[in-house]
Amino acid sequence: MLMETTSGLFFSLVPLIVFLPVIGLLINITFGGRLGEKVVGTIASLAVGGAFSVSLLLAYSLSVHHEAVIVPFAEWIHIGTLKLDWAFRVDTLSVLMMLVVSGVGMLIHIYAIGYMHEDVRFKGDVKRFRRFFVFLNLFIAMMMILVSGDSYMMLFVGWEGVGLCSFLLIGFWYDMDTLGRPSFANSNAAKKAFITNRVGDFGFILAAFIMFWAFGSFQFDQVFAKVPEIAVTAPWVIVAVTLLMVVGVAGKSAQIPLFVWLPDAMAGPTPVSALIHAATMVTAGVYLIVRSAPLFSVNHSVQYFVATLGAATALFAATIAAGQYDIKKVLAYSTISQLGFMVAAAGMGAYVAATFHLATHAFFKALLFLDAGSIILGMERGHHHLAHHNPHGAGAGGHEEHEGAHEEVFDPGDMRNMGGLRDKMKMSYWLYLIGALALAGIFPLAGFWSKDEILLDAYKNFPIVYWMLVVAAFFTAFYMGRQIWMVFFGKPRTEVAAHAVESPKVMTIPLMILASLSIIGGFLNMATILGFTLPGSHLLTVWLGHTLGEVEAGELNLIVAGLSTIFAVAAIYFSWLIYGRNPLAAGQPDPLKKPLGPVFFGMEHKWFIDEAYQFLFINPYRSASKFLADKVDWAFWHDWFHDKVIAGGYNWISKVLLNEYVDQRGIDAFANGVGSGTKRLSTMMRVWQNGYVRTYALTVLVGVVAILGYLLLK
Amino acid sequence: MVPVSYYLVISGILFALGAAGVMIRRNALVVFMSVELMLNAGNLAFVAFARMHNTYSGQLFVFFVMTVAAAEVAVGLALIVTIFRTKNSINVDQMNSLKG
Amino acid sequence: MTMDMFVFLVLALIAIASAVGMLVSRNGIYAALFLVMNFMTVAIFYLLLGAPFIALAQVTVYAGAIMVLFLFVIMLLGAEKLAPTTTLPYQRYAAYVLGGLLLVELGYWVWRGALTGVILPPPSEYNAMAGIQGMSKLLFSKYLLPFEVTSILLLVAMIGAIVLTIKQKGGRG
Repeated sequence: MLMETTSGLFFSLVPLIVFLPVIGLLINITFGGRLGEKVVGTIASLAVGGAFSVSLLLAYSLSVHHEAVIVPFAEWIHIGTLKLDWAFRVDTLSVLMMLVVSGVGMLIHIYAIGYMHEDVRFKGDVKRFRRFFVFLNLFIAMMMILVSGDSYMMLFVGWEGVGLCSFLLIGFWYDMDTLGRPSFANSNAAKKAFITNRVGDFGFILAAFIMFWAFGSFQFDQVFAKVPEIAVTAPWVIVAVTLLMVVGVAGKSAQIPLFVWLPDAMAGPTPVSALIHAATMVTAGVYLIVRSAPLFSVNHSVQYFVATLGAATALFAATIAAGQYDIKKVLAYSTISQLGFMVAAAGMGAYVAATFHLATHAFFKALLFLDAGSIILGMERGHHHLAHHNPHGAGAGGHEEHEGAHEEVFDPGDMRNMGGLRDKMKMSYWLYLIGALALAGIFPLAGFWSKDEILLDAYKNFPIVYWMLVVAAFFTAFYMGRQIWMVFFGKPRTEVAAHAVESPKVMTIPLMILASLSIIGGFLNMATILGFTLPGSHLLTVWLGHTLGEVEAGELNLIVAGLSTIFAVAAIYFSWLIYGRNPLAAGQPDPLKKPLGPVFFGMEHKWFIDEAYQFLFINPYRSASKFLADKVDWAFWHDWFHDKVIAGGYNWISKVLLNEYVDQRGIDAFANGVGSGTKRLSTMMRVWQNGYVRTYALTVLVGVVAILGYLLLK
Repeated sequence: MVPVSYYLVISGILFALGAAGVMIRRNALVVFMSVELMLNAGNLAFVAFARMHNTYSGQLFVFFVMTVAAAEVAVGLALIVTIFRTKNSINVDQMNSLKG
Repeated sequence: MTMDMFVFLVLALIAIASAVGMLVSRNGIYAALFLVMNFMTVAIFYLLLGAPFIALAQVTVYAGAIMVLFLFVIMLLGAEKLAPTTTLPYQRYAAYVLGGLLLVELGYWVWRGALTGVILPPPSEYNAMAGIQGMSKLLFSKYLLPFEVTSILLLVAMIGAIVLTIKQKGGRG
């Protein structure tokens, strides 16, 4: 914290990145009902835009003053040796994340104004519009806490917060499914996301505990300062911490084995998928590894493990993506695959490459998701159009036609229902094409540069990982090609597709901005090509080098680049051969079905992972909790212990023991006994009072004699 | 030359006889008379002791006792007369209204 | 045996006999008369003890007034013989036993007291006048209060007696 040299710079503004979205959401909660949709959306977008502006100022400040600045904000927990404070860390890595999150977030907010306007009307609950933007702002605030925290605990606060927002947003339409019918599908998906994340969080918490026990602190600088010493005295501590952190990463960034929530999370509205599950939240795991670089760099086995895990995930998810029919599901598995690339890169120690890919992936994946949303809405508009203008038309039942005789359900996201949309939705087509090519890694779009750097690092140091990633890249290009041919080319396979309508400008303009970023994003970290330095050369490398220490600058290796381009083009060619040359007709099964047979069956059905988890974990857990609930809790505890033992015992004590024995036979008997005894005694003594004077005289005389006797004998 | 103790013995005997009389006799008047006998016995003892100590105080006390005895007899006999008027009997055994 | 001893013994005998006689006589008048004899004997005892005034008072007040009063009332109420009774059968025996006990105790007391005093015959200066003088000196100085109170007592007794026996107009008294 060097305040003297930082005067004139904007470091102290950093709390605003959290509090502007918070103010936005508070305004929307309190006044949103009266303000109307456009105002609510604008306020939310302005809040995020404000956070983006502050991030820009911080980036400028860092370009002048390169070292990290810690801005303490509040004291939180001070117990014993534990000192947890809320402090903001402004260094190049966190500011990069802030820029990505707030920039992409802002564009998605603007897009969401248009998207949600249509979606709430499609689903039939207009009043929920405001809630969406409140949750979105909350998410941005939590993500900002995550990336700007100065200690692992603050990171964890944001970690948990984004998990919560993910739950809230995936289950936004909690009482209906994607078509508006009453269902638990969305809330189940939200639960799945949260619970799977929780398993990951458990690993993170254990890592945090071990870290505190060994290092004595959660604060980044303090922990990293002690790493060299602990690496010598107790290396297993670092292994344990990093591996447990990887569990958390597997949960949050959807790696094997905890990736199962991400495809289901597509149940949420498309802006949610774009923001949370493509651009920002899922990258939190990658950010964690990059931030903990000193911890990971110590142990090579851990690095190898992480890299292999990431590569395996990349390959695995890519195969599944090639067999999916839902447009968003393809993108979801693609996200998992790309996250695998990032995790592999971070595991290999190529932190700059991982972060570079994180940023470019945010651009084109957000673009793809939002565009997919646009396409889905286009299909829905077509459906609506049909239903209104052609009441007896071939369009099957939708949200308003339930009372009609048609019971078929039309899924606007199914690619088999699309086709030929290139003519109907031109803008969406071109933007999608840009995004797909960027994802496939085609020169000179952004994806090429970032993916190439990862492959380069793998090629140099981790050969097995390299080949896994190359195959995954092949599949990536393949399934994106497949998607493009199926959605935009050929003839429309359904009436609805034939009537699809393009999206309004409020939705397409953010897409255009994202597409531009996808095109020029490569300049963020341009490698030196054959000795030539281009603008933006090694920008990120240098930028991140301030935080991460010495980082190797990437150079364009022609072999690697050439190979990856050849593979990508080949994959696209293959996809054209299968899907593009003879476009699918309506009802035709996927051409890969017959040739690949059972393999394609597995790819289609996600290799039955969910079913396996259900069998291995969820069903036993359910049986166990049923057993505990019914037998242990109800039968044993309630019925027997509570009612018979405790209540029955108590009743016995009070009725039988205390009432009969103690009270009635004991106390009452005693009290009555005293009374009747007194009566008997007095009846006995009554005889004395016979009224005769002579008896009284006798008594007196007896007394006198007795007293005299006593006195005499004394 | 008579020892004091002789007088005291006499006094004691008279006292015991009086006490016995109170208890035995059923005639109220005779009971009363036995009480007088007891008082007398006490007087005798007083005078004997006064002589022994050569002082007049004992005799004075006897004087007072006699006075009180006289008053008491007056009232007591009036009571007995009253009771006789109501109960028509002087049998103390019949005056048992205090029974109970 | 000196003279006073002899006299004493005779008188004691008479005193006790008369007391016993009072106890056992069935007739009320007889009982009263026996008591009168007892009082006389005691008066002579007083003389022997050198208390002439008290002897006088005894004869005058006790034998003369009180017993006369008794006789009046006996004759008023009728000294009828009372029938033998069945109530309190144990009374007699209790009376004898207790009386005997009392006697024993008093005797024991006297014996244990070991009084060493001896009554001498009255000296010559114990004539009536000297005795009365001495007594009255004491009466009006040291015992003045009891004297006054006694007078009130007599007054009260008189009033009491009258109140108790007065016949109300038109009703029983």
